Amino acid sequence: MGSTSSTLSKIPNAEELSQETGFTSAHLARLFERFEALDKDKKGYLSPQDFEAIKELALNPICDRIIGAFFSSGQEMLDFSSFVRILAHFRPIDNNRPKEPNSPDPINSRINKLKFAFQLYDQDKDGKISRNELLQVLRAMLEKQVTEEQLESIADRTIQEADLDRDDAISFEEFRKSLEKVNIDHKMSIRFLR
Amino acid sequence: MEGSYWDLVLLVMEVWLFVVLGLIVLPAMFGVSLGFTDLYIKVLVKTLEWATRRIQRGQKEQDTLPAHLPNGIIERNDDSMEEQIVELRRSHPKFHSVGDFTLCDAFYFCKKGIESIVDDEVTQRFTSEELVSWNLLTRTNINFHYISVRVTIIWGLGLFIRYCILLPLRVTLAAIGLSWLVIGTTLVGLLPNSNVKNWLSDVIHMTCYRICARGLSARIRYHSKENRPKKGGICVANHTSPIDIVILANDGCYAMVGQIHGGLMGVIQRSMVRSCPHVWFERSEMKDRHAVAKRLKDHIADKSKQPILIFPEGTCINNTSVMMFKKGSFEIGGTIYPVAIKYDPQFGDAFWNSGKYNMVSYLLRMMTSWAIVCNVWYLPPMSIQDGEDAVHFANRVKSAIALQGGLMDLSWDGGLKREKVKQSFKEEQQKMYSSMIVGQD
Repeated sequence: MGSTSSTLSKIPNAEELSQETGFTSAHLARLFERFEALDKDKKGYLSPQDFEAIKELALNPICDRIIGAFFSSGQEMLDFSSFVRILAHFRPIDNNRPKEPNSPDPINSRINKLKFAFQLYDQDKDGKISRNELLQVLRAMLEKQVTEEQLESIADRTIQEADLDRDDAISFEEFRKSLEKVNIDHKMSIRFLR
Repeated sequence: MEGSYWDLVLLVMEVWLFVVLGLIVLPAMFGVSLGFTDLYIKVLVKTLEWATRRIQRGQKEQDTLPAHLPNGIIERNDDSMEEQIVELRRSHPKFHSVGDFTLCDAFYFCKKGIESIVDDEVTQRFTSEELVSWNLLTRTNINFHYISVRVTIIWGLGLFIRYCILLPLRVTLAAIGLSWLVIGTTLVGLLPNSNVKNWLSDVIHMTCYRICARGLSARIRYHSKENRPKKGGICVANHTSPIDIVILANDGCYAMVGQIHGGLMGVIQRSMVRSCPHVWFERSEMKDRHAVAKRLKDHIADKSKQPILIFPEGTCINNTSVMMFKKGSFEIGGTIYPVAIKYDPQFGDAFWNSGKYNMVSYLLRMMTSWAIVCNVWYLPPMSIQDGEDAVHFANRVKSAIALQGGLMDLSWDGGLKREKVKQSFKEEQQKMYSSMIVGQD
């Protein structure tokens, strides 16, 4: 229990952040509390180690990639605004927000959610998921007992299905097309309980 | 002039001691309650209710944060990994239900990962439970916003009462209780082994714990006393703080299990064991699981010895959930007497966050809370069944305790407070996913 206004006053640029990410002030305050709880040494920013300390995250097969998504520009310090901007990708899509013709897509648009997922695969950020990158993800998600051949055949099949221009890699467009019918809003969104 | 000054001081001290001894210590030792604590708690409850109403009225004018729910702040999907991934793939044009990988599979892991970044089940168990409404203690004040003069005055009054009246009283009581324990057990230890000795030892232990309980303004309610642990058995309870021992020992005599410490704690431990057998281990012995198991087995085999008290979680949890029970205590055999302890956080936070506070500051916090109010449920005894292994048995007991105490039943290891997640957990996730993709080998 507490008043939102006193937590919000600790957040720099709360108003703009709320506008940019679409989080309500109440949700921003909750996320700020979470940010402070994760920042055990009270540094004012988060480091990859703070993420690794989250037990549930540590058992996720692709935890390194998810953590990497937060620290994508290579820096080792994550401030609150960047933290929230990344999490904004997972806000449920608001269908009632009118789309202004020339404004950029909101962070949580379908396209941006797909881009976020794409970068989990495309680690070298060249805009394509190469065969090798696909193999690396498969290696991470599957157990050690799965053989190289099995991995290769899975990778082959996946590329075959999605790769339309036959360049042996999956571009973002091909990725998007292949997942056209998936309910991205439901699968890549996190809802606050209140 | 000086003479009369000292006379005055002496008089005050005599009155003080009389009050303490006559009105608190003696009745406590005989298990008699003069009703002070009950009255105090009644007044306290009324005051806190009033304060809550004022605060809520004041809050209506402002934006309020939604209360921190014990089950987290985001919606979680508890379906199994397989169910969720099949759901994901359902809309994919080339729908493979099992076998073969689909690009959208990564979404499942991604979402789970982000969910745990926003809110995870484990981290919140190692910090104190957030209260739905403030209980006028500075320490539980998360975002106190000035509400009204009256609330502030009551808070200030409460501060004065707690620190200047209750604290010295409680410290005196604790000192009396502990010295009584040390002196009494040492004296009893000089007697030859006999029934009289055992009876005296029980009396000394029990009275000491009763005095200590008064020293914390503890109001304990015991339920189902017919299931109280018997000799030759093992009493198992959920762990929130070192005070659990005082709470349980107020209603029965137990043999304690633990590591020998140095300092004051060590003195107390060594004198306790003179009058009746407790199971103290040296630090080096703790590592040898067989030696530990053997000593415990020997203890419970002797039916004249008190039941052993063990906290299988191995560490203090914040009393909103029960974490993994270590199987060691469940492998020894013997009857298990499960006990559930639930503290009422409204009156004081009993959880010992050992990372944040050391023992002394923790005890100080305990002694400056309003009171310790808790419920103790004795559950019917359980034994290991044929064909059941220790881990399964431990989980069975854990669920029973969690159910009775209204706590969440988690399978996470309390040791995670300090350690990293084992690699094997991650491997389990990988295995689960692999069985979907390449099938069972």
